[in-house]
Amino acid sequence: MTDTTIFGLYAAAAVGFGLYGLITNPQPLRKIVAFNLMGSGVFLLLGVVGRRGAAAGFGNDPVPQALVITGIVVAFSATALAVALLLRLFQTAGSATLRDDAPASASINQSGD
Amino acid sequence: MSFALDILTIAAVSAGAFFFLAGTVGLLRFPDTLTRLHALTKADNLGLGLVVLGLLPQAGSVRHGLKLVGIWLLVLLAGATVSQLIARAARQGGPAR
Amino acid sequence: MTVATILEMVLGAVVLGLGAWTIAARETFAATVGYVAYGLLVPLIWVRLDAVDVALTEAAIGGGLGGVLLLGAAARLRASEPAAAAETPGKIVRLGAAGASVMVAAALSAAVLLLPDPAPTLAPAAIANASATGLANPVTNVLMAFRAMDTMLEKVVLLLAIVGVWSLASDQAWGGRPGPRHQADPHGVFAFLARLLPPVGIVVGIYMFWTGADHPGGAFQGGSMLAAMWLLVIMAGLTDTPPASGRWLRLVLIAGPGVFLAVGLGGVCFGLAFLAYPPTNAKPLILGIEVAMVLTIAVTLGLLVAGAPERSPQR
Repeated sequence: MTDTTIFGLYAAAAVGFGLYGLITNPQPLRKIVAFNLMGSGVFLLLGVVGRRGAAAGFGNDPVPQALVITGIVVAFSATALAVALLLRLFQTAGSATLRDDAPASASINQSGD
Repeated sequence: MSFALDILTIAAVSAGAFFFLAGTVGLLRFPDTLTRLHALTKADNLGLGLVVLGLLPQAGSVRHGLKLVGIWLLVLLAGATVSQLIARAARQGGPAR
Repeated sequence: MTVATILEMVLGAVVLGLGAWTIAARETFAATVGYVAYGLLVPLIWVRLDAVDVALTEAAIGGGLGGVLLLGAAARLRASEPAAAAETPGKIVRLGAAGASVMVAAALSAAVLLLPDPAPTLAPAAIANASATGLANPVTNVLMAFRAMDTMLEKVVLLLAIVGVWSLASDQAWGGRPGPRHQADPHGVFAFLARLLPPVGIVVGIYMFWTGADHPGGAFQGGSMLAAMWLLVIMAGLTDTPPASGRWLRLVLIAGPGVFLAVGLGGVCFGLAFLAYPPTNAKPLILGIEVAMVLTIAVTLGLLVAGAPERSPQR
């Protein structure tokens, strides 16, 4: 087992933790954090694949690296949009719950991203 | 000459690591916010300072050495400011503990 | 087992422990603090994976800006916490979720262990074509030339995200200033930092962008550094967020994708393909796109953290 493989296993575990938090945590903000944790694990898996593809004097295949950089920025914009939606929901409905039968007056379209 | 510099590096980085360890133990064990901040500054200022000092002989060029010192100065600035802000928030009865 | 391997195992365990803690922590604010720490330690793994470009991006965007965003949201949502905590799903759901998570993690682990050997790689292709652009950093080459379409569309995603965030404004605040007006003691230590740090930070941001042509760094890392400096000045109350209806602001927001698209269409007009750079002028063109991009990235990231408009543009 190489060092890279160890990080790969850690990354797989991070995806698992993130998925568990995403399903079980009732608070939307915690779901966002958990989703980010999952995404970070996926990026690390890509990094491990790139590390195994080290060749031609590079320690890490540049193509997965570029994909991960793009992915980090896109994940950040999705997070920002989700947080803005959540804050607006809280502002309008007075609560930040995703339940349908919540005691809220306004009905908000809760489609996430 | 280079042997003496290597010894300096090992000694300074080890001392820095010790301060980081002591600061972390303090952060976890001290009872309130202000004493925890006290522990944290040891890790930030002295620990990182000693690590930077130890790495200077290995930097290779003056330019890289200046970058290392610059990083240390920036961490000092940020650490001092943030500690002050946290201490003020703690005194004004923010989230205690 | 070497010292380096043990170091990596300990590093991974610490990072994973922090990740688990962000899921398990009782308070949302504490969980987000844990996520910031996680986001600042993950870059160390990236450095161990020899991907310094990614490490810089992850530290600046994942740990830094993402951390500010989540911490701010957690502070504003604190009042909603007790009600939501009562909705914790029952034991059966949690057991099922744990089972599903373990299965996903196990499948991914198996995939990692069964990766093909020798690993496929595009690194030789990237190095063989590096001379075409005149840039020495292979990651910048991939981002700006070989996979330029991805990067351009990603700029469009940033633009769409800011449009989405702004469209959440209420009617009174439409086209207004994003986020709350921050107040700080103008003679206090925070305002002092916000005056002292930005000159240094701006130089570091531009350096990170400029050095990205040949060394780790680039438009994303430099842009997020500039965005951080802007946010620092805003949070210290020294300046206000610009109104979303401002013409110059909107021009800056579309500058990055606009210039990228213009150069791409220029590639079609002059007989090559879409987003193909003429070999003699590749480097100046790429740097030109990157200058527009770094401005757009800095402003977009800053405004994404600032959030939806909340105050009318007049005030």
